[in-house]
Amino acid sequence: MSRVQFAPPEAGLIEGAIMVCELCGKNQATVHLTEIIDEQISELHLCEDCARKKSVQMEQQFNIGDLLAGLVEFGKPEESVETETLKCSSCGLRYQDFKKTGRLGCGECYTNFNKYLLPLLKKIHGSIRHIGKAPYKLALKPRKKVEPNDDINELRSNLQKAIEKEEFEEAARLRDEIRETEKHGDK
Amino acid sequence: MEINDFLNHTSEWLRGTGPNSDVVISSRIRLARNLANVPFSHRANKKQSEETLQSIEAALSLVEQLKKSRNFHLSDLDGIDRQFLIERHLMSLEFVKSSNSKAVVIEKDETIAIMINEEDHLRIQVLQSGLNLFEAYNIISVIDDMLSKQLSYAFSADLGFLTACPTNIGTGMRGSVMLHLPALVMSRQINRVLAAVSKLSFTTRGLYGEGTQASGNFFQVSNQVSLGHSEEEILQNLNGLIRQLIEQEHQARQALITDNRALVEDRVWRSYGILKSAHIITSQETIELLSMVRLGVDLKIVKDIDCGAVNELFILTQPAHLQKIEGRKLSSQERDAKRAELVHEKIAKLEKK
Repeated sequence: MSRVQFAPPEAGLIEGAIMVCELCGKNQATVHLTEIIDEQISELHLCEDCARKKSVQMEQQFNIGDLLAGLVEFGKPEESVETETLKCSSCGLRYQDFKKTGRLGCGECYTNFNKYLLPLLKKIHGSIRHIGKAPYKLALKPRKKVEPNDDINELRSNLQKAIEKEEFEEAARLRDEIRETEKHGDK
Repeated sequence: MEINDFLNHTSEWLRGTGPNSDVVISSRIRLARNLANVPFSHRANKKQSEETLQSIEAALSLVEQLKKSRNFHLSDLDGIDRQFLIERHLMSLEFVKSSNSKAVVIEKDETIAIMINEEDHLRIQVLQSGLNLFEAYNIISVIDDMLSKQLSYAFSADLGFLTACPTNIGTGMRGSVMLHLPALVMSRQINRVLAAVSKLSFTTRGLYGEGTQASGNFFQVSNQVSLGHSEEEILQNLNGLIRQLIEQEHQARQALITDNRALVEDRVWRSYGILKSAHIITSQETIELLSMVRLGVDLKIVKDIDCGAVNELFILTQPAHLQKIEGRKLSSQERDAKRAELVHEKIAKLEKK
């Protein structure tokens, strides 16, 4: 697993005042990047122009499309043949484009690419069934305000669980926390 | 209201008030929505984007909560204005990549910001100081309902709200909480804590969202999963997790002050000293030093400065804010000098009080 982080362009170190860009060797280096690739840390000191080019390059290397594509399993060979020509009949987006960019073209894409998207959604979200709110016109349930769970009730149920599991240290901690919360509640 | 007017008041997310504000900077809820029968922003043609913009603007004008809002078309904003709004968390980096048919509608107190034609046609955001996810959700849900009476959203009964990126589908909701965790960082427990966060399918990001580095001990924690759970469930889980993180940070602070008081005091006062005497200072260094001073205020080591004043410096020392204050474009070197000057002035004023 590789990871890249780069500091915001403003993160110029004081030493930047006397540093020369490592890429073009001409301009003053005002942008300082820290790259972490496979736990190898390296530093790059660049001028603003080169940094901009580098940042575009990085985005291309590590775009979300790749990450998503990594999640999709390409099982049977005939399926990948099918996906090569698959297109959304509504907006014209090719499935191949989605694989590159990680972005769908329109709401209909979800229906048209259903067969390939559902396994992906399952991987990302662990579910393929929406149970949240619906637009006002389609809503079946009346709207209600949300509130945080009553802290004490939650603590009490955790305490119960800890006792059942014979985790007495945790139980003692929870008991103290409940006492503490009750004290504050009285104020 | 013009962009410059924002300079005269503190951004909501830095007010330094609200529940648990010693650890939680702000809570933010974002909803992603798209219009039905129109391609998503990146696939829409010029005419479609323009029509989307106009129909959303018309619907927004009827929303009671946006009575004191101002609409900025991205094409009217120069580079500094854009950066300025990003620094105030009212616009995203993604949003400014191109400026065709884009607008951001911002309520006067900056608690509500709505981007039109971002990655999705609508990105609605509500920001609150402190740990206030539920309040933020109740506000955003009402706005969302008002809009869905006017607009026809891309929605499927099975998959919920349909979004350009499959990671946002379902509720289209992301709840994020900005935390200040200096004691967990100092006691080197942060990696363990963040690893646990990601195992629970929540993500951590830096100060400015996706792709930014964590700096100054600030961490943004948000839900990763948006499909298969109700909004309330997602928020309860996030809220529960944040409460645990607060608890851990409190314990770490307590341990630091009991076992290593001299060390903490030294770090705090050194940071304070550098801020007071530096002549050239980058925004990165400023954030890190202010983070230590803020810890000092929270632990009552620094007594004559209140938390709101420290928060104000966080935002005013950002690059675009400095340039707005100066009223002109500044090079990176000029900014580092101006920033040091501004910090001196502000601290001197605070000490006189």
